[in-house]
Amino acid sequence: MRQPLFLARKSYRLRRLVDAARLLPFLGAFLFLLPVFWRDPASGQSRTAPGAVFLFIAWAALIAASALIARRLAQTESGGPDAAAGPGGSEEHQG
Amino acid sequence: MSFNLLVIVCLLYVSLLFAVAFLAERRAEAGQGGWLRSPLVYTLSLSIYCTAWTFYGAVGYAARSGLEFVTIYLGPTLVFAGWLWIVRKLVRIGRRERVTSIADLISARYGKSNLLGVVVTLIAVAASTPYIALQLQSVTLSVAVFAADQPPAWALPDSGATAAWVAGGLALFTILFGTRNLDADERHHGVVTAIALEAVVKLVALLAVGIFTVWTVADGWADIYARIEASPVAEWPLQPGRWIGLTFVSAAAVLTLPRMFQVMVVENVDERHLSTAAWAFPAYLLLMSLFVLPIAVVGLERLPQGANPDLFVLTLPLAEGRGDLALLAFLGGFSSATSMVIVAAIALATMVSNHVVVPLWLTLRPAGARDAGDVRGLVLLSRRLSIAAILGLGLLYYRLSGGSAALAAIGLIAFVGVAQILPAMIAGLFWRGATRVGAGLGLATGFLVWLYTLFLPSFGADGILSADIMANGPWGIGWLRPQALFGTAALDPLLHALFWSLGLNSLALVIGSLLSFPGPVERIQALAFVRVFEGDRARRGWSQGGADAEELLTLAQGILGADDALAFFQAEAAFQGKAGFLPDTTPDFIEALERRLAGAVGAATAHAMVAQFTGAATVSAEELMAVASEAREIIEYSAEIEAKSAELARTARALGEANDKLRDLSVQKDAFLSQISHELRTPMTSIRAFSEILGDPDLPPDLRTRYTGVIREEAVRLTRLLDDLLDLAVLENRKLQMNVKAGNLHDLLSRAVEAASNTRPERQMVVRRDLGAEFLPVFTDTDRLVQVFINLISNARKYCDAPQPELKIRARRKGGRIIVDFIDNGAGIPKKDQGLIFEKFARLTDTAKAGGAGLGLAICREIMVNLGGSIAYLPGQGGAAFRVTLPVRPQVSAGAEAAEGPAPTETLS
Repeated sequence: MRQPLFLARKSYRLRRLVDAARLLPFLGAFLFLLPVFWRDPASGQSRTAPGAVFLFIAWAALIAASALIARRLAQTESGGPDAAAGPGGSEEHQG
Repeated sequence: MSFNLLVIVCLLYVSLLFAVAFLAERRAEAGQGGWLRSPLVYTLSLSIYCTAWTFYGAVGYAARSGLEFVTIYLGPTLVFAGWLWIVRKLVRIGRRERVTSIADLISARYGKSNLLGVVVTLIAVAASTPYIALQLQSVTLSVAVFAADQPPAWALPDSGATAAWVAGGLALFTILFGTRNLDADERHHGVVTAIALEAVVKLVALLAVGIFTVWTVADGWADIYARIEASPVAEWPLQPGRWIGLTFVSAAAVLTLPRMFQVMVVENVDERHLSTAAWAFPAYLLLMSLFVLPIAVVGLERLPQGANPDLFVLTLPLAEGRGDLALLAFLGGFSSATSMVIVAAIALATMVSNHVVVPLWLTLRPAGARDAGDVRGLVLLSRRLSIAAILGLGLLYYRLSGGSAALAAIGLIAFVGVAQILPAMIAGLFWRGATRVGAGLGLATGFLVWLYTLFLPSFGADGILSADIMANGPWGIGWLRPQALFGTAALDPLLHALFWSLGLNSLALVIGSLLSFPGPVERIQALAFVRVFEGDRARRGWSQGGADAEELLTLAQGILGADDALAFFQAEAAFQGKAGFLPDTTPDFIEALERRLAGAVGAATAHAMVAQFTGAATVSAEELMAVASEAREIIEYSAEIEAKSAELARTARALGEANDKLRDLSVQKDAFLSQISHELRTPMTSIRAFSEILGDPDLPPDLRTRYTGVIREEAVRLTRLLDDLLDLAVLENRKLQMNVKAGNLHDLLSRAVEAASNTRPERQMVVRRDLGAEFLPVFTDTDRLVQVFINLISNARKYCDAPQPELKIRARRKGGRIIVDFIDNGAGIPKKDQGLIFEKFARLTDTAKAGGAGLGLAICREIMVNLGGSIAYLPGQGGAAFRVTLPVRPQVSAGAEAAEGPAPTETLS
């Protein structure tokens, strides 16, 4: 079926939610890469302890964001009739 | 900490796992698997990613290389955070195509090519064997930790014995719960539940040791921070290359490891579980790694120099005098090892049996034998043997390698090995142009490069590759050195192997795909995979062919088992608007059948088997083109029309059938009327004649007695005929008075067999019964039920034309119903007559032979409807076969509320 060019508010939000979910791993990869490039000015080596603290916080934040998005997605997709574009709507991006 | 206690706890824990798996299977069978199908269980089952390697090895890794260990968890985190990209597509395809393993996925995508399946199976087995050995080694090492301080008399004989015991126990568990059924649709609930439990145990164990370390041994997080700063791993030259490479390879492994594919795709019961797993699985991984660094640092500080850091999780609590914690940690490690081995063995056994054993068997059996026979038994047997063989292989590898290498090394080698499947998988999911030739070349190249640069060198200097080859390359060719291909000596060996194997793999895939031309099946599959979400179903793998439904049913029964096959055929026939068990062999039906079979034996084998029956009816490239060249709008429009015309075709088919039946019935009814007049007239004529003779006063008394006898016999015959007609009238109007009693099916069948032995007593008929299965209580009108049984058995005695007639009676309970099958070994009933036999007046042979008016089966059918059950003809059983079904509890309304009419259950004809 041909998709409409402009979407109602709800379907529009759903699409952006899907976009967010798809972009999440790239944000994650960026965050996970950061501590590798940190160097201690004194020794020129990377320090384990601050790196670990940063990594675990970034990791937890990523999980929280992922959980939030997943929950919103699940709610919207199983939501009222207006979400009819829901399951299908999240998919036509594949094309 | 007593060593005996350890053994006892271990045995108790294993019994618990067996019990949990058993109960879960039972619940799933009874259809009460509510919480078994929750997203939580799915997420926990994914945790087999964390094996003993991560449970023990991560701490060792952290003690050697600091923070680098987290890369193993970061890769999967990224994959699952981005689940909308790949994982969701994999799961959707897995469910739609009934994929049985990762080898099956690749084989199905690239034109159902079994060769690709074999290659992937080979890679998977080669990469998993050392991994399984690693698990056995971890259990052995951890047992040895406890045995170390025992007096020699109590210690286990040797570590090899422990490994052998563990491998044997795991094989038993896997065979018991992993090979109960064939179909990918019927998932291994027992195994999955046991694994979910193990996931909880290993998480709790590691958290307990971690909490103990941070808050009892150390003084909270601040103290731990200070200790890390003071430890040997405080500063580490993190190499960006290794960091990225390891994250990437672990991300690839979580998609391509056979065991991960098994739990993530094959065992997935609901796609929506993914949205929970998307954050819950990374959360699990975070918790598993949260305390790794603290344990490593405190272990390095507290334990003597030279203690194996791979065992800190066990030795740290032991050194601090907490035997109970150490025991918990041991159970955690044991859980990690066992759950990995169980699922890996199931996944590999499925691949080996579907892609190696069954195709071999199909090729090797005598030419011309189209009948599949008992494939089901063969597949189950080969899976069981494969499980044993795979564990045996793991044990052998463990013995040969001597259990020496550091744990982490083997794990990463296996990761890089299975990552070779990634290019073929990703290209298969997203690029329609990827072809079988390309995928095959890529897989083969990647596998060989991996063997040469990583796997073989892992046996150590002078292991398999000589030190000379390692240092100077084969035949002294320097640029072929295994760890410095083309002079790339700057990369560390793992990265070097990853770089070259995946690089050349992808290159071969792309070049091979660009230069080759895919076959029709390949192109159909490519479309179905790449655009799985659009629901584009321009896929007609079969054109209308001359396949015979009954032959296909026999094939399906050999693979799915009689019950499932019959149920599937019945549902498909009903979908086409037909009654009975034999649908028309339309392309759609054959497609559906093939997919159903693929769920059991894999796409390639299912395709080959179905092709035997349909001949060269696979679609041609021209037909594909014809479909593809139509404009998109036309396709959409025609889809609408097609839906409507399918509906019309269904109705027309039903109408046509009804019409045929009516015409046949009308012919039969005419025949019957003349028949019944004849039947009534013959006795009436003789009665009249003899009664006239009796009027003669000179008749001798002995003759008078004889003639009276004749008159009585004829009158009895008349009455019986009229009784039958009346009986049928009562039954048809649902005015039967039900006389419900409790009875034992076994007794009823015995009564019927005995009563039926009066029919053609001169014929010897062997009746085979399964006495054990027959002891089922029934609450119904037992006399009426026996009447049905007698009729069926008498029919078999009358019509079975085998030289040594034989009747099989099978009884069992399924769901809320009792099913009794009567199967003889005669010629059976021709397909054109199968729809008619339950009609009144129907009789297939001539009157003289039958000696009845053709009302028997009609009465049987009406009786069964009145009892709330049914009777049907079962095609494809190698003889005439009837199935009687009746509810376990009587449906009271059936007889009593008769007047209104409609039957409580629908009749079958």
